[in-house]
Amino acid sequence: MHAKFLGAAGMFAIAAMLAGPAMADKTKIDFWFGNTGDIAKRVQEQCDRFNQSQSDYEVVCTSQGSYDASLQNTIAAFRAGKQPTIAQVSDAGTLDIMLSGAFYPAKKLMADMGYAVDWDDYFSGIRSYYATSKGDMYSFPFNSSTPLLYWNKDAFAKIGKDHAPATWEEAAEDFKALKAAGYACPLGFNISRDEIWQYGEQFMAVHGEPIATKRNGYDGLDAELIFNKGKWVQYVKNLKSWYDNGEAVLKSKETGQTFVEAFAAGDCQVILTSVGDHGNIGRTAKPGMNWDVAMLPVYAGTERKHSFVGGASLWVLAGKSDAEYKGAAAFFNFIAKPEEALTWSTVTGYIPVRNSGYDYLVKQGFYDKAPYAGRELAIKSLTASPATADSLPGIRLGGLLQIRQEMANGLQAIFINNADVQASLDDAAARGNQILRRFEQTYKGKQLP
Amino acid sequence: MEKRATFSSTTIGLIFIAPMLLLIFVFFYWPSGQALYWAFTLEQPWGGGNQWVGLQNFQQLLSDPVYWNSITRSLVFGLASTAIAMGVALVLALFTDRELRFHRAYRSIFVWPYAIAAPALGLAFRFILAPEAGLLSVLNSVWPNIWNPALDGKDAMIAVIIAFSWKYIGYNFIFFLSALAAIPRSLIEAAAMDGAGPARRVADIQLPLLTPTLFFLLVINITESFQDSFGIVDIMTQGGPARATELMVYKIYFDGFKGLDYSGAAAQSIILMGLVVLLTIVQFRFIERRVHYK
Repeated sequence: MHAKFLGAAGMFAIAAMLAGPAMADKTKIDFWFGNTGDIAKRVQEQCDRFNQSQSDYEVVCTSQGSYDASLQNTIAAFRAGKQPTIAQVSDAGTLDIMLSGAFYPAKKLMADMGYAVDWDDYFSGIRSYYATSKGDMYSFPFNSSTPLLYWNKDAFAKIGKDHAPATWEEAAEDFKALKAAGYACPLGFNISRDEIWQYGEQFMAVHGEPIATKRNGYDGLDAELIFNKGKWVQYVKNLKSWYDNGEAVLKSKETGQTFVEAFAAGDCQVILTSVGDHGNIGRTAKPGMNWDVAMLPVYAGTERKHSFVGGASLWVLAGKSDAEYKGAAAFFNFIAKPEEALTWSTVTGYIPVRNSGYDYLVKQGFYDKAPYAGRELAIKSLTASPATADSLPGIRLGGLLQIRQEMANGLQAIFINNADVQASLDDAAARGNQILRRFEQTYKGKQLP
Repeated sequence: MEKRATFSSTTIGLIFIAPMLLLIFVFFYWPSGQALYWAFTLEQPWGGGNQWVGLQNFQQLLSDPVYWNSITRSLVFGLASTAIAMGVALVLALFTDRELRFHRAYRSIFVWPYAIAAPALGLAFRFILAPEAGLLSVLNSVWPNIWNPALDGKDAMIAVIIAFSWKYIGYNFIFFLSALAAIPRSLIEAAAMDGAGPARRVADIQLPLLTPTLFFLLVINITESFQDSFGIVDIMTQGGPARATELMVYKIYFDGFKGLDYSGAAAQSIILMGLVVLLTIVQFRFIERRVHYK
């Protein structure tokens, strides 16, 4: 009995000794993210490239299954004092972490660790989305995207058109013509909370319409939702009339085919989705199908504003050692290289976040080649108007995910139960405002940085 | 005279139950206590602090008609899925107990569904029940638009009830089968010799003798249907369309785990716990009277 126990303990000690020196060489830092599938593989590859590029640090990258799960796990780990050094937080969770003080601000980190970063190199629209009111960046934009309109060139050729609709009026004509030409699904769309992004938030962004007061929440936690008072109401009414005429068709996981799959299969002729889907659609499109992308349409007579950046950014969490922070800074310095921007944009559909990265891609002829041509429109859309003091930099609302859910519930009531458009959107705004007030009360006494 | 081995000392007894009590405390009472505390506060998700708000969380919930609708929906879901899961399991168990052909195989096969994780189950049923591409799309090609859980709230509710019941049929089946096996064969054979057909024997002998099992499963099924359904709802419908499948427990999951509203979710948990306790009391008070344990 004793001998066995001692033997086991001895083995354990030897194993620990063997493993010990190898581990002590490098500082390990954890990086938790939410992407899955192909994108997760690409993140892993980027981590591997960083680990091979130097011998001081090892970043251990772990996918947590989804943005929500990643945030939830990170919070649980943080509360237990076992947080990773780097965590990915999507747009919906940004305000919570910003007010929490649970992080090491990006700008301060790089300055403290001795890296000179040209923060103005970031696209102004992307920088302003993640920056404080003073313009300091708290996190690093990581996987960034914006929505585009995807259109089937073959179908449009049948109705005698060689370009995508630039206005919603033109789009309405196109949908009608496509329907008349025998296409069963001119516009494929869905109205769950995931699509509020392109059909609600980004619609209001490119029209320069606020979703909430106080510059969409950037100027204070007491912002109120006003999406029910602008052009969006008209847009929802139009969308509903297209839906009633069979020109817009609901395509989702629940019906058996998502709108992205329907577009790739040639079943739907127009969709709105993230530029992040560009690579995926390119790989899965029906052989021989001709398609292209365009910027989101605007209503005639509207001056186009820049769209908002979507995706997620990387936060460095508080409570880690100096060595770990040095490793994190080295990692951020590595992924900021233009060569990394090129590889990242090639293997995913995500866009470069810095001018230097974008210029490098242009110089390499990235946007001239067939599978990637068109993605430059995402940059064009994000920089369509300058970021000024009174423009809308993005959306900074507490409980954003729940607000999206309320908006989606409002849309579902309109589309599925034929509820009154204005009344449903008013109701969604009122319920959303309750969420905002709860959030404001939860963070009572805190100021937006 | 029956002989029993008992411990004379209370201390020894307490020491023996201590590990179990510790487990229950760590995994049940502690989190429940935490939830109870959070329900009366507004908790910052990253742990930056919280403030006491008294009954505000409960007042907001109970003054919201949408929340009352989700309570009604949860009751409908609970009763319907319990009825289906118990009814089907009972029929299957009765047939298996009659030693029809392959009954040995059925005995193990029917238990499998319970071993499947809810999200995997939801995925499978989402495919089976998808109106355009799933197995049920045949229905729509015969009668257009008769089945569409993506657009019709009632269909969506039926879909999640079917998926949930399917899982619990396996669980109920094994209890029914073992209870049936415990009924003395001589009783059933005597009834058969007296000329009672299978249906009469079920009604007059087997069902009355099954009442303790029926009651136990009723309590368990009702409780589980209020607590264990969020995974299926999340994968199959996300509470939609237009809140048609927004059950209480799904709303807790969404508000707490996705929306980071810990206090709101905690308050909803307390309300749900109260409701389940109330339902259980009702069952013990009014239904247990009809149960014959001997």
